[in-house]
Amino acid sequence: MVGSIAAIGMGLAVIGAGIGIGNIGAKAMEAIARQPEAVGDIRSNMILMAALVEGAALIAIVMSYLVR
Amino acid sequence: MRFKTIITFSILIFFGSASLNAGQEENHGDNHELSCEDISHDHDFDAGTTAFHHIADANVYSIGPLQIPLPCILYNKQDGLSMFLSSKFGFDNLGHGDGHYAYEGYVLDGGTVRMVADPNFPKEKTEIKGIVHDIENNAFVCMGDQMYPTYAKSTADFGLFGGGITPFFDFSITKNVVSMFLVFMFMLFIFIKIAKAYRSREGQAPIGLQGFIEPIFVFIQDEVCKPFLGSKYLRYQPFIMSLFFFILGLNLFGQIPFFGGSNVTGNLAFTAVLAILAFLVTNFSGNKHYWMHIIWMPGVPAWVKTILTPVEVLGVFIKPLTLMLRLFANITAGHMVIIIFVSLIFIFGNNGTNLAGGLGTVIPSGLLTLFMMSIELLVAFIQAFVFAILTASYIGAAVEDHHEAAH
Repeated sequence: MVGSIAAIGMGLAVIGAGIGIGNIGAKAMEAIARQPEAVGDIRSNMILMAALVEGAALIAIVMSYLVR
Repeated sequence: MRFKTIITFSILIFFGSASLNAGQEENHGDNHELSCEDISHDHDFDAGTTAFHHIADANVYSIGPLQIPLPCILYNKQDGLSMFLSSKFGFDNLGHGDGHYAYEGYVLDGGTVRMVADPNFPKEKTEIKGIVHDIENNAFVCMGDQMYPTYAKSTADFGLFGGGITPFFDFSITKNVVSMFLVFMFMLFIFIKIAKAYRSREGQAPIGLQGFIEPIFVFIQDEVCKPFLGSKYLRYQPFIMSLFFFILGLNLFGQIPFFGGSNVTGNLAFTAVLAILAFLVTNFSGNKHYWMHIIWMPGVPAWVKTILTPVEVLGVFIKPLTLMLRLFANITAGHMVIIIFVSLIFIFGNNGTNLAGGLGTVIPSGLLTLFMMSIELLVAFIQAFVFAILTASYIGAAVEDHHEAAH
């Protein structure tokens, strides 16, 4: 099998980001359902938070690729 | 490169074709001596290589299969500056941008200029047999019976796409630069036109292009600038708007199929410049509260400050770093997935030998690509929005007025 431990690192980082973004999405849906009139605020904050979570995962992915 | 193999592998395993898997293993696994006999093998289909070739910057501009030469401006210490059109490399007009000639010690490899490492390599226009690559994707020029190694590409991508520290500098008007100029001109045209319309139609409802851009502009103003930048938002709004519309324009321009397929926002050097701009604006407009919260956080015990200060100082640099990586990774991943979905046709068609397999994959692969492209349209907007909103929030945190009662 061709590959390296870095690939496992990338996968782990993606799992973390997946859980994080999944939680954000779930909570945002819940919040929208509770308060449909606040959908605009919730959506832009959701995107902001998802971007922040994603940032950590992307650093991990790029690092694991660079130091492979 | 192992990464390409991983991508190829994951795609192949995903579609459960064990026989193809074994074939790939053969190509990459054995360590046979590289020679000029491999020129013909070098064009065997490999989805990873194809993807990396298409998302990389190039010294030719391709519209469909047609290759258009671009000016090369190259510098190295021994030979100094050299300027010429990349058509001097004599690439095929309907090919992949492989030059048939070496010129002034440079060769064109898959659309990108490389410098031959041997200083005795002839400087005038010389015919070469071809270029071969080893597993690490180092290129070797075949001329006569000899193989000449070349330096890595001169692209500021920290070695991610085979660029890195090289003894020559490539200041050429590359594909990405041309795309940037095109989008820049287009934006200038649109916004000057709209500005004129606002002046001549003051107090009236917007029409035409004006009516298309105004909701986007007002959306960014209301969702990004006003909530994050506070009362002084008008001071930073031009910067945020320029970032948003330039990134959006480049993202969308990169989505146009067969028209250059430029990947400007998926270029680490480009996103790094944007992130450095955001970093400079944030830190130069930071007030004393901002710096005090970084260096000596008020209201926490002294021993906590010894931990907090290094973290906050690191945070100053990590913020633009994530800005850079987020845009780069999202757009690059999008382009790569699209290319690999198209590549499925050639993987199943076994590079032309299995016509039925290839034809059978055309429709599923086309549908997958269309699906991915529509997602990428969404991502183009979201990433431009995210870049703008994050920059605004960083600047907003730096210029915020702190009331001591809040602590």
